[in-house]
Amino acid sequence: MDMLKLTDVTISYKNVPTVKNFNLDMKSGQIVSLVGESGSGKTTVIRAILGLLPGGGKVTGGQILFEGTDLLSYTQNQWRKLRGSDISMIFQDSGAMMNPTKKIGHIFTEYILTHEKISKKEAWDKGTRMLERMRLPSADHIMDSYSFQLSGGMRQRVGIAMGMTYQPKLLLADEPTSALDVTTQAQIVRQMVQLRDNYHTGILMVTHNLGVAAYMSDYLIVMKNGKIEDQGTREYILNSSVNEYTKKLLKAVPSLGGERYV
Amino acid sequence: MSEKSEVILEAKHVTKKFPAADGRFLLANNNVNLKMYKGKTLGLVGESGCGKSTFMKLLVSLDTPTEGQILYRGTDITKLKGEKLRQHRKHIQMVFQDPASSFHPKMKIRDIVCEPLLNFGKIRKSEKTEVCRKLLEMVELPGEYMDRYPHSLSGGQRQRVAIARALALEPEIIILDEATAALDVSVQKTIIELITKLQREKNITIGFICHDIALVQSVAHQVAVMYLGNVVEEIPGHELNTKAVHPYTKALMGSIFDIHMDYSRPIESIESEPPSPLDLPKGCPFQERCGYRMDVCKKEAPRMAEIAPGHSAACHLLNLTAR
Repeated sequence: MDMLKLTDVTISYKNVPTVKNFNLDMKSGQIVSLVGESGSGKTTVIRAILGLLPGGGKVTGGQILFEGTDLLSYTQNQWRKLRGSDISMIFQDSGAMMNPTKKIGHIFTEYILTHEKISKKEAWDKGTRMLERMRLPSADHIMDSYSFQLSGGMRQRVGIAMGMTYQPKLLLADEPTSALDVTTQAQIVRQMVQLRDNYHTGILMVTHNLGVAAYMSDYLIVMKNGKIEDQGTREYILNSSVNEYTKKLLKAVPSLGGERYV
Repeated sequence: MSEKSEVILEAKHVTKKFPAADGRFLLANNNVNLKMYKGKTLGLVGESGCGKSTFMKLLVSLDTPTEGQILYRGTDITKLKGEKLRQHRKHIQMVFQDPASSFHPKMKIRDIVCEPLLNFGKIRKSEKTEVCRKLLEMVELPGEYMDRYPHSLSGGQRQRVAIARALALEPEIIILDEATAALDVSVQKTIIELITKLQREKNITIGFICHDIALVQSVAHQVAVMYLGNVVEEIPGHELNTKAVHPYTKALMGSIFDIHMDYSRPIESIESEPPSPLDLPKGCPFQERCGYRMDVCKKEAPRMAEIAPGHSAACHLLNLTAR
């Protein structure tokens, strides 16, 4: 059975359909990327899966099935249980989702305590262990820092560590490396691939970086103006796609030793 | 490559320090020596915080260096003041990363594009419409856009307007600070094509700051790689892919995700992060992340040494191979 299945999903903001007839089948342990230009509706799709559409956004048609249950029929309470346990999300800048006046340790413990009935001390230790498991250096020091004291790459790894605490079956990633430098980006990408290898986590990623998408994904979906323009395996999209738009996008990616303009 | 063309801007031993708490200093640029040649592009690449934007700010006189000189056609522009500095500004113009925040939101495109011309008394107010239309057509935008406000243009169109504004005074040099970083790849491509076309037509000198080494090598005649305020390697753009020698340059290239890459090969990346520019290690700035570190790297900072014409690097490994 598919882990995640979207059938004919239409999402509208204030009754204007933004994403139309979106279909997706995703198996567990699969990495799928949504690529496309800004405004093509990539982020809207993954936000809808977690019920996190911003003001005025609503799924107006179709079905979102997660392990066979219809997420759209969920109540707020059911959503809250699902978020951060079976499905987690990493944002472009994990620092922005953390309260800047609280230390990482506090935020992490608070998150764990909303999902588990354990003591504060146990939650703190669990958080530290999680950071260590994600191979963050000096986890104790990080727990005792504010988010702004960490570098962008560190913050992103803390975000991933938090998201992975309950070994979610599905990890949604919204431009997880876009705010990072190339060297840090490579570290994060490698870590995300390892998550799949070690924990069999399925990853649905939104990115505009075709290179990153191609490196990580088993399957790519190219979006344009709220519709699926092209889709297929990595080999198909990169080498044998006949779609004009896909070809145009691929051609625009600068490449070392590739086209020079001067 | 550069023997024939003339040097129009030269940075000599430029150092910029910012004061920090506890009497310490943040070393943003350390003894940077770079030349810009007429009609050529100098690409400056490096991670965030390496001092590339600080350096470009010094070039456009938005800030003054702590030590060193910046020579524009022989005059030291760091010493210019008042009216002389104002008159000098029309020679070097700048395009910023985010066009949405570098325009006044309540000014129409016509006023934005023509403002520098009016400031220098080059045109009369009655000529604005005509001049603006010409400038917009130069950047391949319809002339009707002059009555719009910046918010009703797309990111790529706004960046075109920014280029039109920068070129309005017909400067000799324009500095593009991450000018395409906020754009989609397909739009980025069209902007790059426009910039290089204008460069060929008008023989403009370009300073191109960017963090994407693949993009830099495709547009720059000469590429300078910066790390923690130091230029560690300078190399002609077309040789970057094959002849780069500095371990940092190689690491930057190795961590790029290329759609033509071999996916069975694991991605190379340097683990760890650059040290804080507040307390730099003694010796080579890159020592803590370098896979080839030797004893000498901890004691002595390597100097720039020429490898071939137009190609130089600062690394102790080079001395080793030379001997």
